[in-house]
Amino acid sequence: MSRVRVLVGTRKGAFVLTADGLRQRWDVSGPHFGGWELYHLKGSPADPNRLYASQSSSWFGQVIQRSNDGGQTWETVGNKLLYEGVTGTHLWSDGTPRPWEFARVWHLEPSLTDPDTVYAGIQDAALFRSSDGGQTWQELTGLRTHKSAPLWQPGAGGMCLHTILLDPSRPDRMFIAISAAGVFRSDDAGKTWRPMNRGLQSEGIPDPTAEVGHCVHRIAMHRSRPDVLFMQKHWDVMRSDDAGESWREISGNLPTDFGFPIDVHAHEPETIYVVPIKSDSEHYLPEGKLRVYRSRTGGNEWEALTKGLPQRDCYVNVLRDSMAVDSLDPCGVYFGTTGGQVYVSPDAGDSWAPIVRDLPSVVSVEVQTLP
Amino acid sequence: MIVRVVLPAHLRTLAHLDGEVKVDVEGPVTQRSVLDTLEADYPMLRGTMRDQVTQQRRAFVRFFACQEDLSHESPDAPLPDAVASGAEPFLIVGAMAGG
Repeated sequence: MSRVRVLVGTRKGAFVLTADGLRQRWDVSGPHFGGWELYHLKGSPADPNRLYASQSSSWFGQVIQRSNDGGQTWETVGNKLLYEGVTGTHLWSDGTPRPWEFARVWHLEPSLTDPDTVYAGIQDAALFRSSDGGQTWQELTGLRTHKSAPLWQPGAGGMCLHTILLDPSRPDRMFIAISAAGVFRSDDAGKTWRPMNRGLQSEGIPDPTAEVGHCVHRIAMHRSRPDVLFMQKHWDVMRSDDAGESWREISGNLPTDFGFPIDVHAHEPETIYVVPIKSDSEHYLPEGKLRVYRSRTGGNEWEALTKGLPQRDCYVNVLRDSMAVDSLDPCGVYFGTTGGQVYVSPDAGDSWAPIVRDLPSVVSVEVQTLP
Repeated sequence: MIVRVVLPAHLRTLAHLDGEVKVDVEGPVTQRSVLDTLEADYPMLRGTMRDQVTQQRRAFVRFFACQEDLSHESPDAPLPDAVASGAEPFLIVGAMAGG
């Protein structure tokens, strides 16, 4: 029977949750790297035993960990992520120029085909790649030196490159998203980049339809249709059917279209999930109810999924990297909360149960489907 | 010279160490030479105490010895004789701060 392994990053360590394909009885291991912030952990699609983890702390900086045995043991690898060349400036929140400064690795995206190749999205926004299993890192400078970069500025969480999507059908194409710059696409393996924000409208910037400056919180794709992208923006849920060239709003009947994560069902490319949050100034759930919203129509028509989720006095948040799906049938959906709960739905969202209730605040959730 | 170094708990875990660590420092015993030796012996500590390029101390890391805060001393200033002789340890400390 297939198994699942859920990799959970929290403010105070990592946890690994495992279950068989029924996804009812769970083993919990951790905390790994206790006391450190684990912004993200992710397994290689090409070798599920190869995991990468971003470990950081305000005191001791950035560490990258690698596992070759599915998270039973870990080794530190290279943490020298140095901007290449002259870094220049971006805009600070007060509108003044500010030099680029490394803060942390937000997201690690292993290659779809090579376990030793992994991409790192960092704050201040830049993209790095390692092709030796994380031992050494090279910046893909074309992004940070894009002509629009001096106009990028941080969202409330920092100027982070938080999403990296690799196109399974075009090995040289990738998408990244930056808060608050927007989506960029490369068609030449990261050498050059184009902003992909046409159709986005953001009221919090001087020109609401500017080419860059949008606070994109998350983008997602289904691997069978990489030209269709879904986006949770600061406000607005959006969709592109042309690989990011243009976007249209699909917020439809959501109770609020502010939120962080968005994900796609493993087997139904038009089924998507979001977790609406009350507002940008109140980062908690509306009405004290934890509701995942599912659209089976690729957006616009949404249904609240509540079975098994608290429907009163719940004021957690679900952060951008904290939702994932497995590839079992029926598809499992997972998310973690800032209150330390990790929930699973083994039936594509129809019903939910907590795997754990009392972890440190959850920053990221990834899931691996294992043979 | 054998210098005793006490690391904060998180860095001991990172370096798979229990208790204090002894490092064999060649030449003058300074903050720089102690950290150079420590990082050579335990490469996973690189970047966690000081910047890997500028070698500036990380803001929330402090260096104590003999009841003194040496954090703002020159990295090339000699450490106290008691540290160089191994009588007293060189303390690397995570600053007291929230989190």
